[in-house]
Amino acid sequence: MSEFKENLIKDLTPEIEKTSRSWYMIFGFFLVIFAYGINGLVQQIDKGHIVTGMRDNVVWGVYIVNFIFFMGLSYAGALVSGALHLFKTPWRAPVIRLAELITVISLAIGPFFIFFCVGRLDRLPYLLAFPRIQSPIVWDVIAILTDVFGCFIFLYISFLEDFAILRDRADLNVAPWKKKMFRILAIGYTGTEKQRKILGFARNVMAAMIIAIAIIVYSVLAWIFGVTLRPGWHSTIFGPYFVIAAIFSGVGLLIILMAIFRKIYNLEKYITLKHFVNLGIVLFVIAAFFGYFTFSDYLTKWYGSVKMDKILIDKLFTEFNLFFIFANYIGILTPIIIIAIPKLRTIRNITIAAVIALVALWVNRYIIIVPTLETPFLPIQETRPDWTNYSPTWVEWALTAAGIAVFGMLFMIISKLAPIISISEMEEAEEKRILELSKEKES
Amino acid sequence: MNMKDKKKESSSRRRFLRNIGLGIGSAAIVSAPALASNGGDDDAGEKVKVLTSDGKLVEVSKSAIKVAREETKVQILESQKGLPHRKFVMVIDLAKCKNARKCVDACQEGHMLPKDHEWIQIYLLQDSDKSAKYWFPRPCYHCDSPLCVSVCPVGATYKREDGIVIVNSKRCIGCKFCMTACPYSARVFHWKDPEAHVPEDHVYDPELNVPPVEGTVGKCVFCADRLRNNELPRCVKACPMGVIYFGDLAEDAVTNGVETLRFSSLMVDKHGYRYMEELGTMPSVYYLPPVNRTYPVELGFEDLDPAISERYKTQTITGEKNK
Repeated sequence: MSEFKENLIKDLTPEIEKTSRSWYMIFGFFLVIFAYGINGLVQQIDKGHIVTGMRDNVVWGVYIVNFIFFMGLSYAGALVSGALHLFKTPWRAPVIRLAELITVISLAIGPFFIFFCVGRLDRLPYLLAFPRIQSPIVWDVIAILTDVFGCFIFLYISFLEDFAILRDRADLNVAPWKKKMFRILAIGYTGTEKQRKILGFARNVMAAMIIAIAIIVYSVLAWIFGVTLRPGWHSTIFGPYFVIAAIFSGVGLLIILMAIFRKIYNLEKYITLKHFVNLGIVLFVIAAFFGYFTFSDYLTKWYGSVKMDKILIDKLFTEFNLFFIFANYIGILTPIIIIAIPKLRTIRNITIAAVIALVALWVNRYIIIVPTLETPFLPIQETRPDWTNYSPTWVEWALTAAGIAVFGMLFMIISKLAPIISISEMEEAEEKRILELSKEKES
Repeated sequence: MNMKDKKKESSSRRRFLRNIGLGIGSAAIVSAPALASNGGDDDAGEKVKVLTSDGKLVEVSKSAIKVAREETKVQILESQKGLPHRKFVMVIDLAKCKNARKCVDACQEGHMLPKDHEWIQIYLLQDSDKSAKYWFPRPCYHCDSPLCVSVCPVGATYKREDGIVIVNSKRCIGCKFCMTACPYSARVFHWKDPEAHVPEDHVYDPELNVPPVEGTVGKCVFCADRLRNNELPRCVKACPMGVIYFGDLAEDAVTNGVETLRFSSLMVDKHGYRYMEELGTMPSVYYLPPVNRTYPVELGFEDLDPAISERYKTQTITGEKNK
């Protein structure tokens, strides 16, 4: 075994072998938030949706925003990891696994927000029992189910080699059940020429497929809004706009997770400034596209001044003005400025830009959903303030926080079961580097 | 139950109804337990009193009684088809409406709705700040190109042959997609337990849509249960001003219970229109413009519950706050 691989395994396996006290503390903290969310859910099931801020005009609120947001992260993870793999990006090795994990973990959380939003949770199986293909929600059910299978397969085959490596290490100091798990999950992979060929082929096919699936699935989600006649939603740009927005948030989250794991798992040697800058440039390009789409969507609406569009835009520029400025100016310009000026490109700055981009995108979702629903064609003639204007209640916030907590917990658990950086990818990258070096020497 | 059995049952039912000369559905008024216990017994001599749909009390022999609409499943299937060879249409004469709100009350009572659920809602509208205000009752428009039906993922809401759009509260999963798809805000959601007190022997029927179910969507159903009995919808009957006309496009006639008019000439003479025709939803509800008004608009504020009166101070033109 090469010295490089030996060192790599030595650096990565301690996190699998033992669990620190702070890990338990953070996990416990997430668990408390999760329990708080469950408490909110119990209240909602017991008393009805009246405990949420949703009412007859704004029938969808923070739950739908979270749904779009988490699904967007998932699709972005798929797009990024698929593209990194398919285009054989040379620097991808230490970060591709994080992107794959974002995909699967967000995908496991997103649909729950739809469940919270549905009035009759007990009738959810009707979606499969009596589907009507005319409905964009049924398109979405089909799309998400396809995506779940695709992403899990992609994630699994990318883990396969690492499971085999961990299985073969006799000196690995882990619980017997973990060893057993590695043995089962490695399904007899030993790295023969034939196996490597098949696995490589499968990964290429799956990478191409999940890129296509991610684009289709997120467009379908956008069309749930696009097909209605509502001002602000009834827009042809929504499909591509949502896809771009998804990548924007996904790259942002990837950068944040890189910063977190780099610090707490001591991966400074592997995840370097180069990775932050490279992904920062991706964020820069996507931010530019995202800003362009946002601008052209609002410009045409504002200039044309169809009555309903005008009312909506007036609302965005007055009542929702601060949200609008944060989501569409600060959220887009900050990453562009920080990446554009080479002096500002530090790990800390890029991470800050990513945090702003991520939060701004959530707010962007909010001002796509809520103001439109507050602007029906017939005037809202209502004296109850909660019927006219939406404001989320503690139940909705509790479940939102619970969603984030589950995201954290799942990441923490997986990081204890398998290395957070792909050993096989790193090894392959190293081999390539050595090969190129020797070629240079020869010539 | 296969198709053959169903046919047999419905034809025997028709024969029975013809024999005793009652309107369809009258048998449903007979209480269910009495029928269940005596259905097949050979006690032809015994007579029972039955209330007909037009209010007469008649006596029929017990053995001749068959339940016309006995189980929910049949009713739901029946409710999906609609009445054959009919195309229902409503005309609302805005010149006559004075916001008496009798239609709202009758609707809420008939469908056992909570007070804040208005399947027919009365707006105070103004087309521009230079033009006059007018009262604008808005039921469900039962569109011929209904977006709410297209987007429903489980087929809980459907368009029938006779033009009516119905919600089946037993199927609805409460995703509220139909509420975002409807441009007329015609749909309402049961955010909490509606607490309707339904008689124990009541059988659910989407045409009446009682009892309301928590976590599902409700809306005006054109009183399809009444139409089946050849009766006018509750709001039409309740309106003291004769604002709402109801009828059948196939017969080209509409009535408000007092006068019956030819639909096609009414549309031409009084310049009927449909609300937001440009959306392409093709509503089945037509309006007559608020010209030569019977009552001044202010009369609508008389004897009005202050809580309701308050709501008309918010906005009469979408997006513009009242001064």
